[in-house]
Amino acid sequence: MSYSGFRVIREALTGHKGWKPAWRDASPQSGYDIVIVGGGGHGLATAHYLAKVYKKTRIAVVEKGWIGGGNVGRNTTIIRANYLLPGNERFYKFSLDLWEGLEQDLNYNAMVSQRGIINLFHTDGQRDAYRRRGNAMILHGTDAELLDADAVRREAPFLDFENARFPIKGALMHRGGGTVRHDAVAWGYARSADRHGVDIIQNCEVTGFRIDDGKVTGLDTTRGFIGAKKVGVAVAGSSGRVMARAGLRLPIESHVLQAFVSEGLKPLIPGVITFGAGHFYVSQSDKGGLVFGGDIDGYNSYAQRGNLPVVEDVCEGGMAIMPMIGRVRLLRQWGGIMDMSMDGSPIIDQTPVEGLYFNGGWCYGGFKATPASGFTFAHLLATDQPHECATAFRFDRFETGLMIDEKGVGAQPNLH
Amino acid sequence: MIIPHPLLGPRDAEEFVYLGDASLLDRPDWQEENADAAFFTYQYLRDNPAGTHRELWFHEQGDRSWLVVTRDTTTHDILTVEFASDVALAKAGSR
Ligand SMILES: Cc1cc2nc3c(=O)[nH]c(=O)nc-3n(C[C@H](O)[C@H](O)[C@H](O)COP(=O)(O)OP(=O)(O)OC[C@H]3O[C@@H](n4cnc5c(N)ncnc54)[C@H](O)[C@@H]3O)c2cc1C
Repeated sequence: MSYSGFRVIREALTGHKGWKPAWRDASPQSGYDIVIVGGGGHGLATAHYLAKVYKKTRIAVVEKGWIGGGNVGRNTTIIRANYLLPGNERFYKFSLDLWEGLEQDLNYNAMVSQRGIINLFHTDGQRDAYRRRGNAMILHGTDAELLDADAVRREAPFLDFENARFPIKGALMHRGGGTVRHDAVAWGYARSADRHGVDIIQNCEVTGFRIDDGKVTGLDTTRGFIGAKKVGVAVAGSSGRVMARAGLRLPIESHVLQAFVSEGLKPLIPGVITFGAGHFYVSQSDKGGLVFGGDIDGYNSYAQRGNLPVVEDVCEGGMAIMPMIGRVRLLRQWGGIMDMSMDGSPIIDQTPVEGLYFNGGWCYGGFKATPASGFTFAHLLATDQPHECATAFRFDRFETGLMIDEKGVGAQPNLH
Repeated sequence: MIIPHPLLGPRDAEEFVYLGDASLLDRPDWQEENADAAFFTYQYLRDNPAGTHRELWFHEQGDRSWLVVTRDTTTHDILTVEFASDVALAKAGSR
């Protein structure tokens, strides 16, 4: 069933009796050509592009819980392509291009809203760093604009420009960035993959890999053995423990990141705003809640909840640039598990096990990557060659010294 | 999270800085054969377990001691806390 305005009107007039489930609740078959482990944004996107673009068949996505219950449903929904380093920027530019055509591609309203991102700066040194970043973005074909304090004032007059410690001197504006309804991304990809024949198997945890002579032949799951010629793992925060079952150790630590939503307010914040002297970023959802977050908690964690010091730190950051939110009440707060890599950048690569492919290390920024991650992972699975936009995301970059360390902090995941 | 410091008693985790897996205490010998491979493994690869994890915390806003904290990463429960120097000395003694 195709979705359209016409369809909505017809259903409205006929008592909404014609809607059908958006995807089948598939049971596992005995074998597939390609099995994707993890029904988050990346796994579902991979299945969609494998079936639609690379014309592959006999594909399954196996998900331990329900699709969209992981980070794809827990993030703060920001998309952007404002990276500095070439290995990253061309990939995120590709992702932003895919976001722009996503809803037509999927026939699904994902509420892609390019309402701009303002990265504030508070010192002259920071202005120089942002100018450099903006130039790198422009060289890759992305938009970037350096705003002075007056221009920021026109965009967001409510900010605390005269703050004695962190005066706002300007910002890097990235108008192509914005927000997307995160659940709809999972659902839209799932529906499209399903319509292209992909089996989406929920409540099916992968508990082991069958490996014969160094080649993967299938998966042990809580719903029985599933044969597979190729297996692509995209389990985000669970990367370490899933890949350990294939005998692999990764350059990844799992950490918890928290996010917050306030009570609903009238339209207030135009796009996404980030604080430059601490870690705080905020946007406003269509329901009116302020959606905001900051740093990861900073210690290894698989518990999907964080601790109070970070809550305090994030709120202090908010108060430093927007004292007006001081009396806004917090509605909800939650955590998700991040696959923090050793250089802060992702991995999309083959593994030493033949037929086993890995996609992970997304840190706190993998939502914006969802379309490109799915596309390039599908390319790798289909052709055994890296996609041209993802050639830098190799496993061996740590051995060869070709790290993609945007922050320049070294092999210390909690600093990225 | 409250970390029970062996000398100072229960301290807020906020007073500490986190470094990572306590395997960082086992620095490879740079003169060994294949030292480059050993350093790659040491520096970049992690077990990253869901469950019991031995890890290094630095009491920066306290007595500036390094601690080995054994903690459950699925619940944040702290199981044992030792001085990193004691752990390292015990290891050197057993060699
Ligand atoms: C609080 C928070 C805020 C964030 N904000 C942003 C943001 O603003 N912008 C941005 O770009 N990114 C953001 N991120 C990061 C982003 O959400 C993640 O990087 C991204 O969603 C990870 O990819 P995914 O969607 O495939 O992961 P997930 O949705 O976590 O998918 C992985 C799936 O694998 C499944 N799985 C795990 N183990 C197994 C197993 N053994 N067998 C079968 N299935 C298994 C899990 O159940 C899960 O559904 C944020 C994350 C959090 C937690």
